[in-house]
Amino acid sequence: MASPDKNAVLSVEHLTMRFGGLTAISDLSFDAYPGEITALIGPNGAGKTTVFNCITGFYKPTEGRIAFKHPDGKEFLLERMDDFKIAQNAKVARTFQNIRLFSGMTVLENLMVAQHNKLMLASGYTVGGILGLGGFRRAEKAAIELAKSWLEKVRLIDRADDPAGDLPYGDQRRLEIARAMCTGPSLLCLDEPAAGLNPRESEELNKLLKAIRTENDVAILLIEHDMSVVMGISDHIVVLDYGQKISDGDPASVKSDPAVIRAYLGVEDEEEDAIAAKAIAEALGDQS
Amino acid sequence: MTAQDVSTLKAKPIDFGAVAKDLLGTAVVAMLILVPIISHKSVITQYSLVLETRWPTIAIIMAVLLSVRLAMHLFVWNRAPKPVAARSAGATKVTWTDTVAPYVLPVMIVLAILLPILAGGERRPIDLGIYILTYIMLAWGLNVVVGLAGLLDLGYVAFYAVGAYAYALLSTVYFPYWFGDGIVPWAFYITLPLAGLLAALWGVILGFPVLRLRGDYLAIVTLAFGEIIRLVLINWFDFTNGPQGITVPKATFFGLPFTAGEGGFAAFFGIEHNRIYYYIFLYYVILALALLTYYVTNRLRRLPIGRAWEALREDEIACRSLGINTTNTKLTAFAIGAMFGGFAGSFFAARQGFVSPESFVFIESAIILAIVVLGGLGSQLGIVFAAIAIMGAFELFRELNFLEAVLPAGTDPVHFRMLAVGLAMVLMMRFRPRGFVTRRQPTVFLKERKAVSGDLVKEGHG
Amino acid sequence: MEYFLQQLINGITLGSIYGLIAIGYTMVYGIIGMINFAHGDVFMVGSVAAFLVVLGMGLTGGSGLLLILFSLIIVAVIAMVVASAYNWTIERLAYKPLRGSFRLAPLISAIGMSIVLQEFVRVSQEGRPKPVQPIVTGGYELMTRVTEAGEFIVRLTNMQIFIIVSTLIIMAVFTALIQKTSLGRAQRACEQDMKMASLLGIDVDRTISLTFIMGAALAAFAGLMFFLYYGVTDFFVGFLAGIKAFTAAVLGGIGSLPGAMLGGLIIGLIETMWSAYFTVEYKDVAAFTVLVVVLIFLPQGLLGKPEVEKV
Repeated sequence: MASPDKNAVLSVEHLTMRFGGLTAISDLSFDAYPGEITALIGPNGAGKTTVFNCITGFYKPTEGRIAFKHPDGKEFLLERMDDFKIAQNAKVARTFQNIRLFSGMTVLENLMVAQHNKLMLASGYTVGGILGLGGFRRAEKAAIELAKSWLEKVRLIDRADDPAGDLPYGDQRRLEIARAMCTGPSLLCLDEPAAGLNPRESEELNKLLKAIRTENDVAILLIEHDMSVVMGISDHIVVLDYGQKISDGDPASVKSDPAVIRAYLGVEDEEEDAIAAKAIAEALGDQS
Repeated sequence: MTAQDVSTLKAKPIDFGAVAKDLLGTAVVAMLILVPIISHKSVITQYSLVLETRWPTIAIIMAVLLSVRLAMHLFVWNRAPKPVAARSAGATKVTWTDTVAPYVLPVMIVLAILLPILAGGERRPIDLGIYILTYIMLAWGLNVVVGLAGLLDLGYVAFYAVGAYAYALLSTVYFPYWFGDGIVPWAFYITLPLAGLLAALWGVILGFPVLRLRGDYLAIVTLAFGEIIRLVLINWFDFTNGPQGITVPKATFFGLPFTAGEGGFAAFFGIEHNRIYYYIFLYYVILALALLTYYVTNRLRRLPIGRAWEALREDEIACRSLGINTTNTKLTAFAIGAMFGGFAGSFFAARQGFVSPESFVFIESAIILAIVVLGGLGSQLGIVFAAIAIMGAFELFRELNFLEAVLPAGTDPVHFRMLAVGLAMVLMMRFRPRGFVTRRQPTVFLKERKAVSGDLVKEGHG
Repeated sequence: MEYFLQQLINGITLGSIYGLIAIGYTMVYGIIGMINFAHGDVFMVGSVAAFLVVLGMGLTGGSGLLLILFSLIIVAVIAMVVASAYNWTIERLAYKPLRGSFRLAPLISAIGMSIVLQEFVRVSQEGRPKPVQPIVTGGYELMTRVTEAGEFIVRLTNMQIFIIVSTLIIMAVFTALIQKTSLGRAQRACEQDMKMASLLGIDVDRTISLTFIMGAALAAFAGLMFFLYYGVTDFFVGFLAGIKAFTAAVLGGIGSLPGAMLGGLIIGLIETMWSAYFTVEYKDVAAFTVLVVVLIFLPQGLLGKPEVEKV
């Protein structure tokens, strides 16, 4: 199972992360595939966000390898790269569990900051920009166009000139996804994008993520507690508990995996297991 | 809330027991503060140290303090609380300040250009103008670091010092040595860019180690750097001439010295020699430098680097997740800020004709920071008003001769000006912590430019 | 060896003074997370107050030992009360209204307060330093070595004994106060979570006020000893001593009381050793460099807890 798959865009191999004496992730391996949505689920404290932080370089894993392959064949070993270089060169974008927007900047400015590296190059590392050369102005126009197209997709175009901090919660979540997409990522890591959303907003999020998957050349990695989102859109689910992988597969197989049910309900008895499994299967079935 | 509702809010009855208790408490604390620090003063006489007392002063201060506090109890604090106005939504409303703002700066620039004419040959307004413009320029430079990038720098004066000493040492020692004495009249024009570059280099050198620091720690380390540079300037006698300082050549009008007689500025243009020309010249130099600072920093704010600075102030982790190299971004902020400090320093040296370490004490950094904060973090226009207010008030203290009548003998009102600056900083934070201009202007917009309310704008990690 | 021993004694004496000031920084930082930039100047106020009281009492080195000791206790109490009144007022006027304001506000307000205190004392007492004759005199000769250059005597003065012993006593009393009383418990609770502490019925305002008062009292005591040790004090002594004590607090691990004392000793020793073996002109540069190096490489300090960046 741990052997790297040739088609995988992201291969996490034997990832282990320790904080002092605490092992947050131990020997975790999984793959994510292009054009697919991979969900990372598990009870609270299972180490999901830690996995994200390792992939995006905010933590340096204690052991293990995180290989990332672009469609054009370029390969990166993410565990060796700085966080900003992972975003800049490997093209991995992410959102945060507790939204991290630039709240004092406008919605449009947030999306412009996301295109920083491209614009920096166009401004001749600022020198050309100060002198007001034409190349930069063209690049900036193109950047605004890209931002506009994303604002239309996440239905925030009317609020483009409002400060990001003024948006309601659900809008902020969508803006954060749009901002991540403006970096032109190959892998999009979403940390609980549906947290705090009402059912209607969750439904909308599902549509948005599906659209991103089909319209852009991007693999999506998703941490989520909202099973309606997970079951509704994931192609592939990895279940974590206490930092270890306990299940890996398509939604249907994960749903009926006794290990998953045990982890979520914490029961040992086989009979109870069966009952719980049925209850969960029903609940999940209803939602999806 | 209607007017009727307001009128029904009755004043609270005064609890005289509580008032008496409060006044007693105030009296006790005030006495501890006044005695012995104010009431007694040590005086050196011929034979020994003796104490002088100032009880009448204490009595006056206590009487004023207690009656003011009593009056507050009787007439102010017992009033019903005012109905709280609903918080207006930050960005949607356009206030008159936003409409007027674009015209304020051009008007001020025109006034600034006309000032020497308006002054009508008087030297004082021009001196004051030079003085204020220097601080405006410094504050605009520091604003890049503190206001935009959100990095609290308490050692900014170090770069001012680097600029000043760069001019002093290059023009008196190195240029004559390298290129001969003929270069000296031109030294100002050659050193000015060099001083800026040197200061920027120092910005990077000092910025590099502190990149990982946040908040108060960053502030203290930058303060320490500022002090280290000053102490080295004092103690490295061979290089800097220590506390005695260095006398430097005055700036020339593109090689023409402002002297009477042959080859001078007046002789060249066939006008009568007058020292005022030199000050007018200096005034326009600093005005040009300040406008350059304004143009460049304003332009930078609208470029990707400027947006990255502001994004850094808002959320550093999010910046990194978007592929922004925060190390380089911070270093450029330090370097650009330092560069303008260096320009200003080199101008300062040329204007004074003399540099010594005592011009670059921590208090200078604190004053420049106070201007930036009072102006409103990140606001360039606010800084102009803040600099005029603070430096103007500073100058005012020179005029307050009438204060001498009420002050104890031997105290000069000028001594009170630093006290006033300190008090102003405290009061500013109490009543207007976000400064004069609290709204942030976005750098790019689709349909309309709406200012962002200061409540949403973060102040950075430090 | 003898020379080193002498420097060790001098360093520990100086370190005791820095340690006492550092405790005020560390306590305030621990409880409200701000650098009380004016703390060094509260130390200065304590020192100037002690100077004025000593002058007022007419205390000289000629008085009897018991009388001197007894008078110094009175001087210490007055200086501590005065400095406490200052720090309490500062907290009330300049910091308390800013709780919950934007993050730079308290620091800038504190810088303002620091300027106010310095200028306040400068205006009232004039700028120039006024030395007094030593009050605690005498001492012991611990070691003598005859060298070609003459004899070198290792001295432990009564003043140094007074400083070290009284620091130990003050620290013991203070530690007991923090560990055994409900005030100490309230302080630790506020350090952890101020909102929760207030929900549990702890008077947060009072706890913070008392923290400032205790810090000021210790600083004032340090101020008295500083003035006695150097025989001179003025309006500006708080700036340098304050920064060095802050360095000590950071070096020991900000928030940790034993750390502050330890940091104080280390800074005192570094300063003395630097002056003794390198250049006395650059002793302050050495102290500032230590501050920079510690903050950059060891920001959690020797006895502090490391912080993990939350993503």
